[in-house]
Amino acid sequence: MITASPKLVSKIPSGPIESRWTRHKDSLKLVSPTNKRKFTILVVGTGLAGASAAASLAELGYNVKAFCIQDSPRRAHSIAAQGGINAAKNYRNDGDSVWRLFYDTIKGGDFRAREANVYRLAELSVNIIDQCVAQGVPFAREYGGLLDNRSFGGAQVSRTFYARGQTGQQLLLGAYGAMMRQVEEGRVALYPRREMLDLVVINGQARGIICRNLVTGQLEAYAGDAVVLCTGGYGNAYFLATYAKNSNATAIWRCYKRGAFFANPCFTQIHPTCIPVTGDYQSKLTLMSESLRNDGRVWVPKKKGDTRPPNEIPEDERDYFLERRYPSYGNLAPRDIASRAVKAVCDEGRGVGASGRAVYLDFSDTIREKGLDYIKEKYGNLFEMYQHITGEDPYKVPMRIYPAVHYTMGGLWVDYNLMSTIPGLFVLGEANFSDHGANRLGASALMQGLADGYFIIPYTIGDYFASVSLPKVSTDRDEFRDAQASVEAKLKKLLAIQGKKTVLEFHRELGLLLWDYVGMARNAQGLQHAIEKIRALRQEFWQNVQVPGSNDMLNKSLEMAGRVADFLELAELMAIDALHREESCGAHFREEYQTPDGEALRNDEKFAYVAAWEYKGDDQPPELHQEPLIFEFVKPTVRSYK
Amino acid sequence: MNKKKMTLHLKIWRQANAQAPGRFVLYTVKDLSPDMSFLEMLDVLNEELTKKGELPVEFDSDCREGICGTCGFVINGVAHGPRRGRTVCQLYLRDFQDGQTVTLEPFRAKAFPVIKDLVVDRSAFDRIMAAGGYISVDTGSAPDANSILIPKEVAEAAFDAAACIGCGACVAACPNASASLFVSAKIAHLALLPQGQPERHRRVLKMVAQMDKENFGNCSNHGECEAVCPKNISIKYIALMRRDYLRALLAK
Repeated sequence: MITASPKLVSKIPSGPIESRWTRHKDSLKLVSPTNKRKFTILVVGTGLAGASAAASLAELGYNVKAFCIQDSPRRAHSIAAQGGINAAKNYRNDGDSVWRLFYDTIKGGDFRAREANVYRLAELSVNIIDQCVAQGVPFAREYGGLLDNRSFGGAQVSRTFYARGQTGQQLLLGAYGAMMRQVEEGRVALYPRREMLDLVVINGQARGIICRNLVTGQLEAYAGDAVVLCTGGYGNAYFLATYAKNSNATAIWRCYKRGAFFANPCFTQIHPTCIPVTGDYQSKLTLMSESLRNDGRVWVPKKKGDTRPPNEIPEDERDYFLERRYPSYGNLAPRDIASRAVKAVCDEGRGVGASGRAVYLDFSDTIREKGLDYIKEKYGNLFEMYQHITGEDPYKVPMRIYPAVHYTMGGLWVDYNLMSTIPGLFVLGEANFSDHGANRLGASALMQGLADGYFIIPYTIGDYFASVSLPKVSTDRDEFRDAQASVEAKLKKLLAIQGKKTVLEFHRELGLLLWDYVGMARNAQGLQHAIEKIRALRQEFWQNVQVPGSNDMLNKSLEMAGRVADFLELAELMAIDALHREESCGAHFREEYQTPDGEALRNDEKFAYVAAWEYKGDDQPPELHQEPLIFEFVKPTVRSYK
Repeated sequence: MNKKKMTLHLKIWRQANAQAPGRFVLYTVKDLSPDMSFLEMLDVLNEELTKKGELPVEFDSDCREGICGTCGFVINGVAHGPRRGRTVCQLYLRDFQDGQTVTLEPFRAKAFPVIKDLVVDRSAFDRIMAAGGYISVDTGSAPDANSILIPKEVAEAAFDAAACIGCGACVAACPNASASLFVSAKIAHLALLPQGQPERHRRVLKMVAQMDKENFGNCSNHGECEAVCPKNISIKYIALMRRDYLRALLAK
């Protein structure tokens, strides 16, 4: 039985879904313009969510301090998003609507997201495009000057807006520009090369953060009236992922340990089209945008162990397995489904390339029909990137691709106002769990980050300020000193171990464990094994890690050591969550729960809930809290793309 | 896949902090795969140094796919190294010769002080952007996206300029350490679009003033910036910036 936890108050409004957000906004309390300047908001992370939040909150008159680990806020990993951003503009006249984007996203997430949140996201999607165009984002256009669109996975309409293969870059530079304008106005103070290492909670409210200045090593304390975490996902726990090298879970993890619940940690997205691993020196994986599946066809040879070059394999000896298994969506099947299908053909021994862990993504039909220039214009930079990395020319030979870790749907639990279980701690973008359920559709991450930052937090944070009492606090208080002392002790401990294994070696080992047992396919035995192994590895880490250098300098090894220490804890929670969820849904595929034809088998009766985990101490198991998912407008069905 | 292993000799600039004097130190890294990226090779070196109890070589990198603009240093005298149109993180060992000696030093410019080893401070770029590298539009006040018609050619041209990743290679390559390519790319991106017109004059005046304040040198048309730009940003934008600057001065 699913029992609603009294600790999870979702604040989801009631009534018709179309008007929920509007009515909710009307019911939120306001802070007058003159009073706004009395509040200080600490925004951590400056990707799409963080930069758009910092800009919008500062425009309203709040004092904002913005922190990022990069040397410039413009470099946050949103910059690397390639394909596009969804919006229900229906500019194509192809039947799109807010309802349809909502429905596709709920279904795409395998009915493990909240209806009200997803509807709001779809509703706000149209405002995002307007905002970004006004900022000068150079979206792709048609000859008549109107905006162009393309299709992404899990949709039968064309609703994705794009700027070549650099949509994330252009959107982030737009948000960064808006934030820098507020820096110039004196409303945003920027703190680059700062890593948040702890949250300061006073009288149950989030009132500050402890950061390490990454240049000097100094610990710095900042007080505020609210903390807005926009620190991204935790996919780098797997070591090999499409994330940037510095993406990490430390901020959200340390908030978890201060009392913020962590929701659905096992929901991790493995993206089907990435450049395959070439060697054990590999430091990261590179995505090839989903947009390529608009014009590329995925196939493997029908015969096992067929080592002929692709152009020598005749048409009737090829298996276009996505088109065969999912005829109505074809190559645009959603990510979780496509990834599993790729894994399945490789497991059968029909994979290609030196490792046999790859499939072809072939553009030759489109090149023949529409010409080379068409492909060059649409995907030129992606093709170039592929060629740089592999040394092969994808205009001549098909790309070889394989799934890789790309995004995490799980994250800190938030209510409808994007506030965590710690009052005053708001969580935006990939760092929260809220909108994508068990699988995120392509081109929806940019949409969510910007919806949260531009259009949700500016409303909801004011309601918080107007509803609670926030006495002034200074960083002299014991809570700040204690938090700083515990951070310092941890850093010193890491440096003092002086063991024999490097941070990188531990991280690689952890990554392999997660990939093998908490990856594309999971089972109870494997998960139990993984939990034991992770615990042992964590123990070994704290006895045998070698961190060079000292704390009073730029020391990237020390930065990484802290992050890997946190990944070693989070990994266990991911496995615990995966073990407890005895069903398959979206990206969470438990081998024990599948249909005869290998599709995910959900168990709505037992698992139609958000699993929110509460930290109970380092030597105690976390406590599970359930937030039931109630579907009033969409009936959960077997998710079919056939 | 190439199976033959490679050896590289690396002459790397080591500098403990901004105040300390720096020097080149020679390292040899063996058994490298040609399919390895250049930064992965530095990862290997750093693992070896760590195991020997020495301090690893600090360098900035993040996305490792050429878009974030975090990485960048000078390889054999060329910012971002031997391959045109690529960042350091997009170099592979197959771009180098087995047994080659490779010199690595930080981007050098008065406006980019060295923080440590190959890491430099490029925050001057952020201050230039704060001065005016945007269109002033508050959240929520935008008209419908399709109410602004932008011909495809114009959108594409604006995009070409907007592709700048702010890595700073242009400054490092310029004999005068000028930031003109970086600044003009943003000015051109916004000047080419209809949305950018209202603030066009104000923007160019403010950004250029900030650039001068940051101790960047003047542009004297060497063109080295364009040659090292990983995004192939054209120096024609510098001409556009100058025209706009003059017009803005005259209009004042």
